[in-house]
Amino acid sequence: MRRARVIAAIGHALPWVIAVVYFFAAPSDLDFGIQVMIWILFAMSLDLALGYAGILTLGQAAFFGLGAYTTGLFAIHLSPDPLLGHLAAIGVTALAGALTGAMILHTTGVTLLMLTLAIVSVLSQYANQATDLTGGDNGLQGIRLEPIFGVFEFNIFGKTAYFYALVVLFGWFVLVWRIVHSPFGRSLDGIRQNPHRMRAIGTPVWWRLLAIYTISAAMAGSAGALSAHATRFVGLSVLDLLTSGTVTVALILGGTRRLYGGFIGATIYLVVQDYSAKISPFFWEFVVGGLLIATVLLLEGGLLDLGPAVLRLCDRWQAGQRK
Amino acid sequence: MLSFGLTVLLDGVSYGMILFLISVGLTVTMGLMRVVNLAHGAFAMIGGYVAGYLTQRGCDFYLAALAAAAATAALGAATERTIYRPLYRKGKLAQVLLSIGLVFVVTGAVSEVFGAFPYPVVFPAYLTRPVDIGFRQYPAYRLFLIASGAVIALLLWLLLDSSLYGARLRAAVDNPRMARAVGINVSLLFTSTFTVGCGLAGLGGALGAGILSLEPAYALKYVVLFLVVVIVGGEGSFEGSFVAAMALGIIDTLGKYFVAEAAPYLLYTAVFALLLWRPKGLIPPRSLA
Repeated sequence: MRRARVIAAIGHALPWVIAVVYFFAAPSDLDFGIQVMIWILFAMSLDLALGYAGILTLGQAAFFGLGAYTTGLFAIHLSPDPLLGHLAAIGVTALAGALTGAMILHTTGVTLLMLTLAIVSVLSQYANQATDLTGGDNGLQGIRLEPIFGVFEFNIFGKTAYFYALVVLFGWFVLVWRIVHSPFGRSLDGIRQNPHRMRAIGTPVWWRLLAIYTISAAMAGSAGALSAHATRFVGLSVLDLLTSGTVTVALILGGTRRLYGGFIGATIYLVVQDYSAKISPFFWEFVVGGLLIATVLLLEGGLLDLGPAVLRLCDRWQAGQRK
Repeated sequence: MLSFGLTVLLDGVSYGMILFLISVGLTVTMGLMRVVNLAHGAFAMIGGYVAGYLTQRGCDFYLAALAAAAATAALGAATERTIYRPLYRKGKLAQVLLSIGLVFVVTGAVSEVFGAFPYPVVFPAYLTRPVDIGFRQYPAYRLFLIASGAVIALLLWLLLDSSLYGARLRAAVDNPRMARAVGINVSLLFTSTFTVGCGLAGLGGALGAGILSLEPAYALKYVVLFLVVVIVGGEGSFEGSFVAAMALGIIDTLGKYFVAEAAPYLLYTAVFALLLWRPKGLIPPRSLA
């Protein structure tokens, strides 16, 4: 028993150890590490809504994009302080999550899905048209940032940005951990499995869904803010439906409702994207789609399920031998 | 004023016809098997590209449109049998993910083969000219869309309302288990409906290429519109999606004439308001009501 706990503790520490080791092992590739962390955070935000609460959404890009644009605009027009900009993004996206959630969470299934898609479409069309504000096709340029706390400067090597992203990711991870293991998190589990029964035993289903949708939106907004800070650029693609699709791929690839699903999925997704984009600019879309189809058909629990699945096969094989 | 109103009506109805043609397959399959098929737009896109490829090489437009319908129907039958079938008993999430995966694969493949730029379908010369309709000149292409859409809608309505096939299909949409119990082969019915639905999507993609222009992003860009038609109309409701498609076409056109900048918001605001009022759509099938 004690051994199992030690193994579990090592398992929980592993991603963070890898993140720190990566910093020293690949100082020239920190940008890639930052992208991985951003997508992990983004995928984790989707996991709260889609995985834990079962809210069928393809609209997560709306909050990612809103967070990125808020941060960018905040830095250009209000203040170059990165932390203030980040907080502004979290506030705006939480508000947007609460408002849109209140409008759509009375529906379920495909209707809900369609409404989340509609929200992304509306936002991206707005960003495309409001060229004065967003720069339209050219994107939002000229984001300048002050050092964090006036000490840690953002430089081209991305050292500050790397640790900044790591700290933000860790903070959100602890929050998600607490949510998932709280009575609130358990009630979400119940709502996903049977909303009617949960309502019957007195759970305020709509409010719980609204709460988690808001938190998830704020998290996605935070990921968007990180992205705007890391690249100092916001393009229209952050609000693309394709962005919603890819974050879903990243999550599903790793496995939903596992806390670490996004860690595995986002890493693999970005590596695959990196390699296949070198072959052809369109090839990665093809590969990502293929991965998604294969995961859904063959590996229901995502890649994190691969280990247990293999173990089960071995067990069955051994049981067969004994006969 | 009257002529302006008629113009808006014609524009809206021709746009609505295309939306209806493409979405009708989706509405029946979603109503019948509760399968969420986000790849429906991809089938329409493939149809459009087939027609574009053929017409650019001098093939007759009508033949090309038929070939597009046949090709997408065959593709639909094949994917239904191989990819969709294992999904029926899994949840909506798995269906959404798989069909989005298909959309990515098709989008990637199409961009690789045809390039990421808009891909034109060559229409016959007489369709590209305006014709005199009494009070003004009007594009012949849009009149052609209205006529062909109306013919196909009428044929579909006759098929669904007056044939044995239609009776079986309606029975299966209303209550699949009961339909099975009285000896209807629901599984075969579904494959055939899926096939026809995909064929219609391909046909719609080919005919409507002058309005919904073909590009690799088509599959993802317009699937929202097709879903809107299906859901606003009421899942599984044939009449509902016809009414919804016409309404969306007209609202969108009105928006474009009066508040060009705000047209998309007008459309989606209408959708949000409608779904707050009737969460199950305009004309939900009886079993869902």
